Amino acid sequence: MRNRLIVSVFPHLHKDESVTKIMWMVIISLIPAGIAGVFIFGTSAFWIIILGVVSALMTEGILQVLTKRKVTILDGSAIITGILLAYNLPPKVPFWIPIIGSFFSIAIGKQIFGGLGQNIFNPALLGRVFLMASWPKYMTTFTPTPKSLVWGFTKPASFDTVTSATPLALIKEGKVLENISYLDLFLGKRAGCIGEVCILALLLGALFLLLRGYISWHIPMTYIFTVAAFTYIFGPKGLFSGDWLFHILSGGLILGAFFMATDYVTSPLTYKGQAIFGIGCGIITAIIRLWGGYPEGVSYAILMMNAATPIIDRYAKPRVYGTK
Amino acid sequence: MKKLFYEFLKGIIKENPTFVLVLGLCPTLAVSISLINGIGMGIAATFVLLGSNIIISLMRNIVPERIRIPCFIVVIATFVTITEMAMKAYSPALNRALGIYVPLIVVNCIVLGRAEAYAQKHSVLNSLFDGLGMGVGFTLALLLISGIREILGAGKILGFSIVKGFEPVFVLGMPSGALLVIGLLLGFFNVLKNRKI
Repeated sequence: MRNRLIVSVFPHLHKDESVTKIMWMVIISLIPAGIAGVFIFGTSAFWIIILGVVSALMTEGILQVLTKRKVTILDGSAIITGILLAYNLPPKVPFWIPIIGSFFSIAIGKQIFGGLGQNIFNPALLGRVFLMASWPKYMTTFTPTPKSLVWGFTKPASFDTVTSATPLALIKEGKVLENISYLDLFLGKRAGCIGEVCILALLLGALFLLLRGYISWHIPMTYIFTVAAFTYIFGPKGLFSGDWLFHILSGGLILGAFFMATDYVTSPLTYKGQAIFGIGCGIITAIIRLWGGYPEGVSYAILMMNAATPIIDRYAKPRVYGTK
Repeated sequence: MKKLFYEFLKGIIKENPTFVLVLGLCPTLAVSISLINGIGMGIAATFVLLGSNIIISLMRNIVPERIRIPCFIVVIATFVTITEMAMKAYSPALNRALGIYVPLIVVNCIVLGRAEAYAQKHSVLNSLFDGLGMGVGFTLALLLISGIREILGAGKILGFSIVKGFEPVFVLGMPSGALLVIGLLLGFFNVLKNRKI
């Protein structure tokens, strides 16, 4: 108490924001999509999310203890990775899939590079791609949603051997989609991964993040618009005949565009760079969806553009004041 | 004698061609899908290394500096051809599994690297032990990588299933899995190396 007068350098205005707070805000924004997923697919979806989060936290904690670094499991970043990974899984995967996926995401995707802020790829997507390449059987088996979907009162499917394909996979096989309306896609009445089906819930969370200024509109909007434009121009019945609304509403586009492409660590810093990033993601996603081997390409598109982020940052550097 | 033993041993740990020198990764990445491939490739490369090191060391004083690389290549190619013919005669299945990577030993960086960096400057006996050590080191590295990839990627050892109900990590059997395993092992050995000092 000797020095009551604290003399410090500017800035004196303090903003009440930290990495931890932003991370927790992102977690809050992800909650509606999780609730919707659990309503649509039943309790197994809930357990997958819990398993993903817990194993992500444990991996992070154990690795930080082993490498004698500060244990930062409560800063929320590992929780986000766990949640996002679980949201990218089909609702009826075996219990060890989210555990191994979270372990891979955190250990290989994040901690090997040195922890939060050092990773070059989005950890959750890396985990998903690893699972996809390792156990494609489980990762592409989707249970159909119950026929009688009433708001909030879905029965989980009582049979667990029946499988169905996602709308995008059906399109890829050249089938015609029946009795799936845009409203069904918007509300999540379709086969798909836990967190990607209910567009309404995802948009709620995204709106929260956008209004609070935690993410900017540059990446999601350019991403979604590019996918829409591409799929409209290169439609199945010749040019300018594509079903662009279907392509926006199906697959993991909304989840990827708002929550994974906007990851601070792995996306460009400037707005110009972010726009390039979004357009690149959109082009790759559309190419994979239209002509690629997989029905869905959001995760690969974002990972590829993650790899291109340093070079985008280099070319989208803002002009230093006073220079030409 | 101790010196010779050191020449042999350095190829296994201190200058392991795969994990320390990071040479010859092309065959390592390509053939390390199963243990039997790793063994076959390792023995073939060891034989070529041994033979080429001896011959190149023998003729190190008569080969003019300017044309040494073509001379080395001819010597190495001879041994590779011998290896390939022997493999075709005695183990056609292995030859099919290894495919183009047997003739490609000609341009394997380890073989040419040892010829250039060691055999042309050292005596025959030293070169012999160097070649043997490098070959054994390469074989052990291949065994480690292909063992991990076969056990985890296919759930088998030498073609026999081990654990019932084990779901193989399919990605490890693919080229990306090879890069993943080699990268992790490289990191692991670097950590070990740094800890010792």
